[in-house]
Amino acid sequence: MRRHLLSAADLTRSDAELILETAEELRSLADRPIKKLPALRGRTIVNLFFEDSTRTRISFEAAAKRLSADVINFSAKGSSLSKGESLKDTALTLEAMGADAVVVRHWASGAPHLLANAGWSRSSVINAGDGTHEHPTQALLDAFTMWRHLGDLDGRRVAIVGDVLHSRVARSNALLLKTLGAEVTLVGPPTLLPYGVEGWDVATSYDLDAVLPKADVVMMLRVQRERMNAAFFPTVREYSRRYGLNGRRMAALQDHTLVMHPGPMNRGMEITADVADSERSVIVEQVTNGVAVRMAVLYLLLGGSEPAHAEDVPGSAGARAGGEQ
Amino acid sequence: MPARPDAAAVSAPPGRTVLDPPDITRALTRIAHEILERNKGAADLVLLGIPTRGVPLATRIAAKIAAVEGAEVPVGSLDVTMYRDDLRMRPARTLLHTDIPPGGIDDKVVVLVDDVLFSGRTIRAALDAMNDVGRPSVVQLAVLVDRGHRQLPIRADFVGKNLPTSLVESVRVRLAEFDDVDAVTIADGPTDGTTDGTTEGER
Repeated sequence: MRRHLLSAADLTRSDAELILETAEELRSLADRPIKKLPALRGRTIVNLFFEDSTRTRISFEAAAKRLSADVINFSAKGSSLSKGESLKDTALTLEAMGADAVVVRHWASGAPHLLANAGWSRSSVINAGDGTHEHPTQALLDAFTMWRHLGDLDGRRVAIVGDVLHSRVARSNALLLKTLGAEVTLVGPPTLLPYGVEGWDVATSYDLDAVLPKADVVMMLRVQRERMNAAFFPTVREYSRRYGLNGRRMAALQDHTLVMHPGPMNRGMEITADVADSERSVIVEQVTNGVAVRMAVLYLLLGGSEPAHAEDVPGSAGARAGGEQ
Repeated sequence: MPARPDAAAVSAPPGRTVLDPPDITRALTRIAHEILERNKGAADLVLLGIPTRGVPLATRIAAKIAAVEGAEVPVGSLDVTMYRDDLRMRPARTLLHTDIPPGGIDDKVVVLVDDVLFSGRTIRAALDAMNDVGRPSVVQLAVLVDRGHRQLPIRADFVGKNLPTSLVESVRVRLAEFDDVDAVTIADGPTDGTTDGTTEGER
């Protein structure tokens, strides 16, 4: 594995599988009376959040603490970041504090890349969402959730539906799922599919009803109205009628098909409450899995003298994890 | 009891064979009896194997206890990777499987099972790992081979074979569950890492 996790494209297939297998082992920790492992004792992890986030920050914080790391939370509100300190000065401060890893969420696409490669600090950088670009750990936890329910993702059909244009989750998922051998279809109105989507090597569709019966996973995206500075669809009602997942559409799914949502949900817009709370929805489980996956990433990046070599995985590990579904 | 492949049908592993399949079976049978004798039966017993090869050994011992005593002894596996004292000295290592039996280990008699006892550092790590899982009333240690050279004040309660070795020699344990053959061999020189099923016991 590389030293930083900036994009889902940084991961080879064996890297990604190693993370999923490690997460599977770490998930059982949640059932133990003492939810603590010593692997990152004495390491310092900084959560650097330039953009509001509840679940991702809490998830990273829980993951780091369960591995015994020291966690420093640094958010834009109430710090010098809101006084106009530059990213560079912030990075130099973190370096002086001796941070081993920086988990960064930024409103600007590419900020984690700059932090990792500008030579300002020696820490590992983990992208926790940058602008409309990428959110690799979200893609990993989504893939982990699918893998636990469906087994090997080779040839599985995943439909990613809705506001793809503003979604870093969609981009990271498309990259990672392709690495893991799944077939991805992006579904949304033409205005909400990004320019250059042809280069993503995924299928696209404007017709949700045509895609649903074949899908093994339906991932609904949040309509990010806070990022919308133009009219991308006429009315909420029209959007939810054409691209919302409701009870009628859910009835068209195969029995094993999973319904996912990265959260936070706009209930009644992209997903109705009865679907979100239904048996096939794994939305709450995604949150639990998020902690395990982030623990796996932190452990594999920081647990040893250098990041794990995925090629060293014995073949039995894959067979074993696969057999535990 | 797992089926044993015919030893003659499989090519002999490199090095001098110290235990052949019948020897290993006899050693495990004896260990099973000793565990029952020491603990006056199988009540409250839990066997925890240390991956990878400690786990099938624990399973085999449990099968022998069941045959003798008619009691089902819970078997689990305990990964010690994160508790190793050399964790920071090498690239991050793959975690192995931890599986604590549903009854837990609180107030139980836990028998740790490993293939080779060498420096004692793996067992120290296992004791630390267990500390985060529960509080057994007693912890005992069973190993297939004790090759000496302890670096910590740790000893085994049940030993399949005491094997005097020099530090330049390497001991390999192969088990049918992973390596198609049961054998303990000893060879000159460090493990080359190319032989399948190689275990250098405790590092």
